[in-house]
Amino acid sequence: MSTHPHLHRDDPKDYLHCEYGIRSWLFTTDHKRIAILYLVSITLMFFVGGAFATLVRLELITPQSDLLQPETYNRMFTMHGIVMVWFFLIPSIPAVLGNFLIPMMVGARDLAFPRINLLSWWLFTASGVFVLITIFIGGVDTGWTFYTPFSTFYSNSYAVAAALAIFINGFSTILTGLNFIVTVHTMRAPGMTWLRLPLFVWSNYATAVIMVLATPVLAITLLLVGIERVFRVGIFDPALGGDPILFQHLFWFYSHPAVYIMILPGMGVVSELVTAFSRKRIFGYHFVAFASMAIALFGFLVWGHHLFVSGQSLYAGLVFSLLSYLVAVPSAIKVFNWTATLYKGSVLLATPMLYALAFIGLFTMGGLTGLFVAALGVDVHVHDTYFVVAHFHYIMVGGMVTAYMGGLHFWWPKISGRMYPEGWAKIAAGLIFFGFNLTFFPQFVLGYLGMPRRYATYPPEFQVWNVLSTAGASILAVGYVVPLFYLFWSMRYGKIAPRNPWRASGLEWEEADSPPIKHNFEEVPTVTKEAYHYHEGVRLG
Amino acid sequence: MPRLASPRTFLKVFIALLALTALTTGAAFVPLGPFNDAVALLIAASKATLVVLFFMNVRYSSRLTWAFAVAGFCWLAVLLGLSATDFFTRHWIPSPSAFPWR
Ligand SMILES: [Cu+2]
Repeated sequence: MSTHPHLHRDDPKDYLHCEYGIRSWLFTTDHKRIAILYLVSITLMFFVGGAFATLVRLELITPQSDLLQPETYNRMFTMHGIVMVWFFLIPSIPAVLGNFLIPMMVGARDLAFPRINLLSWWLFTASGVFVLITIFIGGVDTGWTFYTPFSTFYSNSYAVAAALAIFINGFSTILTGLNFIVTVHTMRAPGMTWLRLPLFVWSNYATAVIMVLATPVLAITLLLVGIERVFRVGIFDPALGGDPILFQHLFWFYSHPAVYIMILPGMGVVSELVTAFSRKRIFGYHFVAFASMAIALFGFLVWGHHLFVSGQSLYAGLVFSLLSYLVAVPSAIKVFNWTATLYKGSVLLATPMLYALAFIGLFTMGGLTGLFVAALGVDVHVHDTYFVVAHFHYIMVGGMVTAYMGGLHFWWPKISGRMYPEGWAKIAAGLIFFGFNLTFFPQFVLGYLGMPRRYATYPPEFQVWNVLSTAGASILAVGYVVPLFYLFWSMRYGKIAPRNPWRASGLEWEEADSPPIKHNFEEVPTVTKEAYHYHEGVRLG
Repeated sequence: MPRLASPRTFLKVFIALLALTALTTGAAFVPLGPFNDAVALLIAASKATLVVLFFMNVRYSSRLTWAFAVAGFCWLAVLLGLSATDFFTRHWIPSPSAFPWR
């Protein structure tokens, strides 16, 4: 059954110019236009979340609480976490680049369920409106983790409203995941076998499996928080006969795998970038592909490493600590394979590749410090300190946001039909790399010295490191604003992009125009080659 | 399209679900100690199975659909199983942090 029985071959217009008007965007079922809708939405949310981060960093310039009251500070870091995790990081690469690319990469004309794809964006928008309302009526102060019984009883903030926003947001994630799974299973072009799929598709497939299997647990958990808070039914609150650690089990059963929802698509992007800019087939395709699936699986077995000092049994702590080391294996496989791909490649240091190399280094630092915090003994020392904050920002920002920026630049010619200005892009990439490290490296030191997270005040001896961190954040902010301007600029004034400006392999480059026509390909391609056939030459036009 | 169960089957399943609901309520009044929970969970699981097989049409779907449905239950087993490593071992090694509220 074909979703698009009629192809208007006589209409050569690309997907951006085939229809006009606001309705043609808001009610489109074209996966590429929905990707653009997501791009606009999550960019907006990124700067909302960034504004909260700015306030947090400004407050921490001085040891006292002077810019913000402690109560306000609590709301700022909570809203920063909620907005960045659920409204930027989780949808970022899957919903923007995945939506745009997965159908093209498998050789399909759209996702399996185009209208569910649109529904997914509308749910995301509804949840985004909800979270913005929550912010305007006063926000939440529970931390993005909603720990009980604080969230269900003691907090004087809008926990239920925020939980509802995330609840709705979850359905958007589930629908996107479902769409990707069905598309990869049923919509592959003739000859596109599983082992010819680009690694970006593999990693997004693994991500989609996590989305579908983990997100419902978050939905149920937040529902239970709402029920306990509103109706005082004892589930988590010990005063009502509940178990507060049960909340942490349920929450982290979702939220640890959610870390892989955030990082796996980034790994997929980096696999594409490293091969394209080394002009070599990837080293160990099978290992990289199956490492994605292994990460998705192992990611579900380790959540208890967030509960080492929460009153979880010591025996369970041992089990979870050991299992946590398992995840390091497939992650390391990927890093080694990327590095091996570079070896004897003809490396071109274009902006996307700069981001990819930054990703490899920063992700490795984030991953290795993850082993520190997965160790029972070390975690007792660094738990709930800035060491943990630095660790996960190296994964989320140094890893995921860097990969997202790399991917956005790499596929920008395909998305917009224009080249971005290379000079400006390199400057921005440099600012981001320097600003990021200056922001978060001092936090490793602060955490190791014992500065706890989530406080508006700190002992004066920590001030130097905090000032450095805030200085870094201001550079980082500039680094993120600059691309906003030049990408907008390039849509009108950028050089017209050829079909395959990077001379890269892949159906989206070799078989589709820049920007692609509404149904992606003039004819559905037949695949006869493996994914990264640089040794056999690639098709340029 | 995969075929659907007949309206008769749907009706039978519906009646079975109602009967199991009545059974849950009834069993709650029989004092079985800790087994009350076990019985309630067992009935709930069989009801869920009926819903998945018939109302969600998995019984008449492809093997791939079966694989994904079974995966859901495996993941539930992971959630319950690994959580149990905590709940059933909290008293093994007493630690001051094991029961902070006591
Ligand atoms: Cu974790």
